[in-house]
Amino acid sequence: MTAALVRMLGDFDLAEELVQEALLEAIEHWPKEGIPEKPGAWLLTTARRKAVDQMRRQARFRDKLAQLEGAVMRDDTAEGDDRLRLIFTCCHPALSREAQVALTLRAVAGLTTIEIARAFITSEATIAQRIVRAKRKIVDANIPYRVPEERDMAERLEEVLAVLYLMFNEGYLATTGEQATRRDLAEDAAWLAGLMVRLMPGEPEVLGLLALMRLHLARARARFDDAGNLVLLQDQDRNRWDQERIGSAMVLLQRAATLHRSGPYQLQAAIAACHAEAGTWGETDWRQIVALYDALLELMPSPVVELNRAIARRHRDGAHAALDDVDRLAEALGGYYLFHATRAELLRDLDREPEARAALRRALELTANPAERALLQRRMDGLNTENE
Amino acid sequence: MKYVLLFGETKERAKQWETMPEAQRTAAYAPINQWFEKYAGKITGGHELQPDRTATTVKFNKGKPVITDGPFIEGKESIGGYAEVTVADLDEALEMAKGWPTGGPVEVRPVVDRGEPQR
Repeated sequence: MTAALVRMLGDFDLAEELVQEALLEAIEHWPKEGIPEKPGAWLLTTARRKAVDQMRRQARFRDKLAQLEGAVMRDDTAEGDDRLRLIFTCCHPALSREAQVALTLRAVAGLTTIEIARAFITSEATIAQRIVRAKRKIVDANIPYRVPEERDMAERLEEVLAVLYLMFNEGYLATTGEQATRRDLAEDAAWLAGLMVRLMPGEPEVLGLLALMRLHLARARARFDDAGNLVLLQDQDRNRWDQERIGSAMVLLQRAATLHRSGPYQLQAAIAACHAEAGTWGETDWRQIVALYDALLELMPSPVVELNRAIARRHRDGAHAALDDVDRLAEALGGYYLFHATRAELLRDLDREPEARAALRRALELTANPAERALLQRRMDGLNTENE
Repeated sequence: MKYVLLFGETKERAKQWETMPEAQRTAAYAPINQWFEKYAGKITGGHELQPDRTATTVKFNKGKPVITDGPFIEGKESIGGYAEVTVADLDEALEMAKGWPTGGPVEVRPVVDRGEPQR
């Protein structure tokens, strides 16, 4: 019987497994329904039925996989439409965010599972499983392999950009001096955003996202000192900023502006551009930055954006006004280390040192990132020496 | 491809629904009926279910059936009904789910495709 199935399936292990399953089904059914007249035939029919199921599923799975894998790493040959289909499928909202990220890095950017695992400091098996599960869902739930229809486009494009931005931040924020060997996900994300710009040149938010990434990357070299310590924007050596990248980001932003559809990524890029254009920290145009945050809040109300606006207000209107704004966010952001770190700075400006120290302690409790912790610790030490 | 749309309700909403005056309930059904009419060509089965309190669950304790009162899904939500739909792909099923008017969640599940008529 196994042989009959092997001929059909061309796979001995699978045939054996199906015979076992047919036997199990017999054990379940025969005591209740009685032994059929031709038990052998019953078993073979059952096993065959299972084989057909299996083949159908596998064929569907193989087709889909071929579609997915076929498009991997064909930089110059793949049709634009093909790549877009692939990106939108990898970033389908029916997949979890972490699956979208892993799948996009694997299938679109062509990273290996080992590279992805290293970037996320997790095991290769975890990433491999994540990707397999995502592909399974694409096949089993019949997630279509196509560019979304017009009516869904805005929403689906937002999803793709969110995946790329998360990827970027994962790389950018987690980078520290010591981790030079870690794959730079931020560069991968910027490459993917560049690809999206080529594929959808008329979408201003795509241009805005790429501009935002380039503006951040332009400052990357100045973000750490030789000892690997995080250097804040105000203390950065602006000569180390990559002017060529800043220039290219500005061109992207201007192109986006001519399309007359503002959006959160363009606004965030415009804020980053204000910093990039200031020759010194003192020349920063805080009035413009606060106005841009206001516009951003209108499109995307969020306590984190309000916190950033408050930080900008500190420079425009002083620590008192900023602290009032920040304190209003206590309920929403009480578990966020930057809320407490910001409060600490403002309290220090206002000579309320014991409170500043308490806020710093809270911030330290809330972040595990070594570069951020080191910075907070330096501030804490600064407070202590001022007090002595 | 066939999917089942499971319509969820919070228990609180299900209760409100039950205690609603008749006229109000009829009015509340209008958008639901519209939804079913809109997608009549794609809906191949389904039912609204009577409330949770009518549910009886058979559980198996070491293979021995034990009958208990209530649904087997525990928590704040319950299933208020389901529709079987036949559409091209997940996006089409999601499009239908996105238009569901009650405010309750909709779970979209593909059915197992045996590729042959059900026995």
